Amino acid sequence: MNDYNFAYLDEQTKRMIRRAILKGLAIPGYQVPFASREMPMPYGWGTGGVQVSAAVLTPEDTFKVIDQGADDTTNAVSIRTFFQRTAGVATTTATRDATVIQTRHRIPEEPLTEGQILVYQVPIPEPLRFLEPRESETRKMHSLEEYGLMHVKLYEDISRHGHIATSYAYPVKVEGRYVMDPSPIPKFDNPKLGEMAAIQLFGAGREQRIYALPPYSQAVSLDFEDHPFEASKADHPCGMCGAVDSYLDELIVDDAGRRMFVCSDTDYCEARQAAGHKGKDAA
Amino acid sequence: MTPLLSVQNITKRYGAHIGCADVSFDLYPGEVMGIVGESGSGKSTLLNCMAGHLTPDAGQVVFDTRTDGPRDTITMSEPERRMLSRTDWAFVHQHARDGLRMGVSAGGNVGERLMAVGERHYGDIRDKATDWLGRVEIDAARVDDRPTTFSGGMQQRLQIARNLVTGPRLVFMDEPTGGLDVSVQARLLDLLRGLVRDMGLSAIIVTHDLAVVRLLADRLMVMKSGCVVEAGLTDQVLDDPQHAYSQLLVSSVLQV
Amino acid sequence: MIELSNVSKTFTLHNQGSAVIEVISDVSFAVASGECVALTGASGAGKSTLMRMIYGNYLTQAGEIRIGDLDIVQAEPRDVIKLRRDVLGYVSQFLRVVPRVPTLDVVAEPLRAVGVSVEDAEARAKALLGQLNIPERLWSLSPTTFSGGEQQRVNIARGFARAYPAMLLDEPTASLDAANREVVLSLIEDAKARGSAIIGIFHDEAARARVCDREIDVSHFTPGMAA
Repeated sequence: MNDYNFAYLDEQTKRMIRRAILKGLAIPGYQVPFASREMPMPYGWGTGGVQVSAAVLTPEDTFKVIDQGADDTTNAVSIRTFFQRTAGVATTTATRDATVIQTRHRIPEEPLTEGQILVYQVPIPEPLRFLEPRESETRKMHSLEEYGLMHVKLYEDISRHGHIATSYAYPVKVEGRYVMDPSPIPKFDNPKLGEMAAIQLFGAGREQRIYALPPYSQAVSLDFEDHPFEASKADHPCGMCGAVDSYLDELIVDDAGRRMFVCSDTDYCEARQAAGHKGKDAA
Repeated sequence: MTPLLSVQNITKRYGAHIGCADVSFDLYPGEVMGIVGESGSGKSTLLNCMAGHLTPDAGQVVFDTRTDGPRDTITMSEPERRMLSRTDWAFVHQHARDGLRMGVSAGGNVGERLMAVGERHYGDIRDKATDWLGRVEIDAARVDDRPTTFSGGMQQRLQIARNLVTGPRLVFMDEPTGGLDVSVQARLLDLLRGLVRDMGLSAIIVTHDLAVVRLLADRLMVMKSGCVVEAGLTDQVLDDPQHAYSQLLVSSVLQV
Repeated sequence: MIELSNVSKTFTLHNQGSAVIEVISDVSFAVASGECVALTGASGAGKSTLMRMIYGNYLTQAGEIRIGDLDIVQAEPRDVIKLRRDVLGYVSQFLRVVPRVPTLDVVAEPLRAVGVSVEDAEARAKALLGQLNIPERLWSLSPTTFSGGEQQRVNIARGFARAYPAMLLDEPTASLDAANREVVLSLIEDAKARGSAIIGIFHDEAARARVCDREIDVSHFTPGMAA
């Protein structure tokens, strides 16, 4: 094959990570510490996700990487190439063909199925961190299920902006027990977290934490009775494929500041265009 | 009548040094007890042992819980004890910064305890927070301001509001007026007296300021070198102290 | 109502060579409901000390002081507090209040402490302050800035806010003008008529003669002063 061990990491390390993943799956939403390794890329570029992917990949897998929904950004391309070279696995950009999907900041639009694994890159796994800097204290809060502080954050949002302005990394309560940071996905994606058929794994390399949602887990977005959770998106159709149900990126297309909204999920958008759907900005 | 708090033989050592030794007393509902003594006399150690911040080496702290009656809070599980400290207990720190979240608005600071016990209606939480700001004489218009923009006296009053919003029955106070201007102290003392009376609170106040205990406390304990040397009715201990140390303490105060 | 049996008091001054000073020894007397008894004797005889012992402010070394059913010598602090709230009133010579609290609240406080509504407590306080000629414009101010005579009258108003079954009065008419002295004396007479047992110290002989039924000369019980 080549000079690397399969999927770059040595077998002992992969075993260690798999144990952390299994523990995470056994306790949905619980942050399992693991001995994060140095990877040939800087922290913040997805080292946690890469280690989780390395631990779950098998030679028969088909691998897909998206960064903010796109398969063609630098980060997505380099991670995809990384596993092509170190594991020799097949790669794809088609969501339905992939068995393992590593993602940064999005959940694909197309519903995932049983047998698929979605691996998230996580910068800060601790949802309580912004209000409680002490790790000893946040661990205690998780273990004793003291989550009032999470609502203080939402309270502050409403008092300052009149509504819950947190629009990404929106906290969820998993299976009625652990409060979890779903990584910086837009809150538009939050409803897809719960009851998902695929396995969801979360890896934070710098913070050395792995957590997981087994298939069909319950994940409820936190909110107030009088300010219920809303999965919001830009109120436009996609300029390229005309989709009205997908999460959109806003692009400035010329010096006059003309704007255009397009699907952030490139595979979804391209598949729709190939099927003949056309938005108002399509060439 | 069952004591609200029954402290039995509390001892805490720091290595060979004695923090507090063999302290016992009962506190009944509605009573305010002062603990005075010089720096290092063990009064803060005792307070922290009672409030669950320190684990004593020996002794019991029996609290009359709402649901299960008298329970030793030292042997109860940590979740239970932490729940008590969020609901039935309050702790007012000397430095408001230790008791407030400085990066969270005044309303969020007061609302935190409500959210911690499960309140999930933003409007209700905000109304209660605003009501409490009024009770501690902070302008309702400042509900969204952070405590960093408040004066020392306001921060202390905010800390009190944050602690009392869940209607606790027992308040621990560690030098609540320390570090404040005399005029601000007077206002705070008056406020505390009113709250104690109107809410029927019991309180334990650690201070070295005898004027504070005379105004707030029904009963007084005098501590020296970790031991209680004298205890009794506040005005009796201050006006007719029996122990040599209490006599020295009382006679050392400058008369104004 | 108030009954002292073989009461003695010593002060031990630990910081002055542990000197032991005997101030009162072997006092016994009783005051019935509706009766007013004056404590007399030269300055330093221990009148105020005895009164403070009855109030529980000073510790009593020996004997028994019964007020109603409670022996204040042996009582727990909380029982003394309850007694002071419900049974035993005390008008001292000096007003001691929290700075900043308005006069009206100072006077109403004993009533608020036993659960009287704000309205009723304030109404009673206003009536008393009016009776004692404290100008209405001062009611919302703290008495800490008042003159000595005004403070004394606020103190009296506070002391008489509640109808206590037993009362201790330490020089209630000192430093008062004739009109206010008259008001205070009639308050005392009203209290007696309601059945209060009263012990007072009056340097004002005419006042003493008017309201007191008996006199007890404390110097008889003062070691070194009697004989």
